[in-house]
Amino acid sequence: MAPETTKSTYWQGVRAGAPFILVLVPFAVLFGVVATEAGFTLIETFAYSALVVAGAAQFTAVQLLSEHAPTLIIVATSLAVNLRMAMYSASLTPHLGRAPLGKRALVAYLMVDQAYASAILEYEKHPEWSIPQKLAFYFGAVSPLFPLWLIFTIVGALVGHAIPPEFALDFAVPITFLAMIAPMLRTGAHVAAALVSIAVSLALAFVPYSLGLLVAGAAGMIVGAQVELMMEKRGAQA
Amino acid sequence: MREIATLDIWIVLIGLGVGSFGLRFVFLGLIGERPMPPWVLRHLRYTAVAVLPALVAPMVAWPPATGGTPDAPRLIAAFVTIAAGLATRNVLVAILSGASTLYLMLYLLG
Repeated sequence: MAPETTKSTYWQGVRAGAPFILVLVPFAVLFGVVATEAGFTLIETFAYSALVVAGAAQFTAVQLLSEHAPTLIIVATSLAVNLRMAMYSASLTPHLGRAPLGKRALVAYLMVDQAYASAILEYEKHPEWSIPQKLAFYFGAVSPLFPLWLIFTIVGALVGHAIPPEFALDFAVPITFLAMIAPMLRTGAHVAAALVSIAVSLALAFVPYSLGLLVAGAAGMIVGAQVELMMEKRGAQA
Repeated sequence: MREIATLDIWIVLIGLGVGSFGLRFVFLGLIGERPMPPWVLRHLRYTAVAVLPALVAPMVAWPPATGGTPDAPRLIAAFVTIAAGLATRNVLVAILSGASTLYLMLYLLG
């Protein structure tokens, strides 16, 4: 594959990832604030962002640490929040499974919702892309995000106490995720999957340790797959 | 609230760091180039649209910032974000619409 093409998918990735800066920055700042208020030192806060690289799971861990939950429960619960990453990993495998092991490890380390969502959307649109082109797109998408994630975690830890609650930073996470989901709702099967997952997640909100999230995700995937099958059958009959 | 043992922080960090990487690497690393059966792929196509809404729904319905009480500005902002995302298919437009709606509604109703 011509080097220009790999370079161009890298820049397409950068353009796909860049909009998320707007939401990742408040998210990173918020984590810095929350961790500092829970009693984390600057180094501890930074280490969480650098080694765990998972906003929602980090928030869960800090929350449970400040409630003095047992360590094993904290790790298990926070990982449950992150279990969707295993599903992302599986869904990227048909596209990136033949990449060199080191590159696959790097893809895994840098896997965040935004990078996954941008990448899978583009891979489905461009099945003709080579593996280097696909990798270039992925690393392009995380390039503007990962460094800023680290930097703004520190900013949050340093200036955190000065941000007033009127800024409603809490809602940065839901807005980002909703903005990512809506354009993905391309077919009736996607819509059905999303609606079922919302219903199950709300119905199981009382279940401890975020286990309801896992049930809801699985239910949504099953419904999506079944609706897709039904639509295929109907299409074949018509 | 503030007295978290440093040891606990680091034990959780290491457990979470290793576990988190493991979850992300499990399929990419272990399955490699072996093809996966069509029924698996069919389910995986719906991962994002199933897991992300499940993650967000409780945050929208019962925002922690309001102590878990449903909140009109946040509900309206969530609705506008989805509508803008569906209409424009553009993530950035959806985010900006949602955020500006949130601030406007917090100003008007908050």
